[in-house]
Amino acid sequence: MIKKFFFQLVFLYLFFSKEVFAAESGGMPQLDPEFWVSQVFWLTLVFGTLYIVLSKLILPKISANLELRKSQIQENIEAADNQRKDSELKLKEYDDIISKSKLESKNFFNDTREKTLKTINVKRDLLEKQIDEEIKKAENEIDQLRKSAPQKINKIAIETSSEILKNLIGTEINNSSISAIVDDLFKKNGSKYYGN
Amino acid sequence: MAANPMTQFEVYRIGPEIKIGAFDISFTNASLFMVVSSLAILLIFNLGSKKNSMLPNKIQLLAELSYTFVSKMISDTAGSKAKPYFAFIFSLFMFVLFCNMFGMIPYTFTVTSHIIVTFVLAAFIFIGVTIIGFIKHGFGYLKLFVPSGVPIVLLPLIVVIEIISYLSRPISLSVRLFANMMAGHTMMKVFGGFVISLGIVGGWLPLTFSVALTGLEILVAFLQAYVFAILTCIYLNDALNLHH
Repeated sequence: MIKKFFFQLVFLYLFFSKEVFAAESGGMPQLDPEFWVSQVFWLTLVFGTLYIVLSKLILPKISANLELRKSQIQENIEAADNQRKDSELKLKEYDDIISKSKLESKNFFNDTREKTLKTINVKRDLLEKQIDEEIKKAENEIDQLRKSAPQKINKIAIETSSEILKNLIGTEINNSSISAIVDDLFKKNGSKYYGN
Repeated sequence: MAANPMTQFEVYRIGPEIKIGAFDISFTNASLFMVVSSLAILLIFNLGSKKNSMLPNKIQLLAELSYTFVSKMISDTAGSKAKPYFAFIFSLFMFVLFCNMFGMIPYTFTVTSHIIVTFVLAAFIFIGVTIIGFIKHGFGYLKLFVPSGVPIVLLPLIVVIEIISYLSRPISLSVRLFANMMAGHTMMKVFGGFVISLGIVGGWLPLTFSVALTGLEILVAFLQAYVFAILTCIYLNDALNLHH
């Protein structure tokens, strides 16, 4: 609002200004040589000073700053690159170690398995041998028992028969005749009873 | 408030009259704005180069961007041989740019809108480039006026044209800058005058133009400084790398 008012004021003031319609005078001031020497003198002085100060003091500093920044950035890039390479190397090392230890553990596992299997086999063999021996012993015993069994049975049969006969008849009968009969029967039907 | 659009270009004495012999070298408003522009350049670039931080602040960034901008401009147009002239072209570009830009502030004086100023700069460049050319190539520098691959019949004509174009370099260089600055400021003044004469009723249209022209003039101020510097680079390139 204030701005608008200000503008209006300026415009009104300028509107009534008589100088607006003042007549032209003199054409181009640039072609008036009155101050040419002054301008040349001051231009030389000022531009010369500007050139000397810029070229001797300021521009080398800016150039050095730029160079420094450039080299610093380059250094940083190189350092980053080196670190990346380092980390890659480390990663490779790490991978190597991992694969090596994996192999080692595998070998170790295999070794242990083989060893255990060996001991197990040895123990099993031993046990099997023992068992075999036991079985053989038992079989021998059984064989012996079986071999001695008919005689004993015959004896028992003779004794039992004589006992039964004694009870039935009341007289003692000669054991030898009974045994003859038993032997005879054994010979006839032995294979029926003790079939091998 | 002056109505004549040329009044803004008038030079007047500030302070006492100084004379050396027959020459009047009084301090004028033109001298004042030369000094102001130079001081502004020195201030900005001094602040911009004072401390070097890894992450530049705004003013340091400004200084360094200007440095790389001019440096790239020189190496693109004149090659690596022009390195020793970097400081001069940088000062020239900055001086013209700041004088142009200070001229855009109302009620200031535009140093570069005076033919004598631009002509002195252009003449210095012309003489300097010619001397550099003769130092680097001896009389071989005259080959500049004899382009290769031109039929012998046309050669006399071409040489004359080349010599004229070479000699007119300081004039074209100085008049280009001076005329651009003067025309722009005159036009702005004229449109400003229209705003006043048409008043609050019809003054809005020229005012709009005036605002637009201000933007355009700022562009021109930069562009002319750039053109002045790049033409200097091109002339320098001719002197350093004789291609013709």
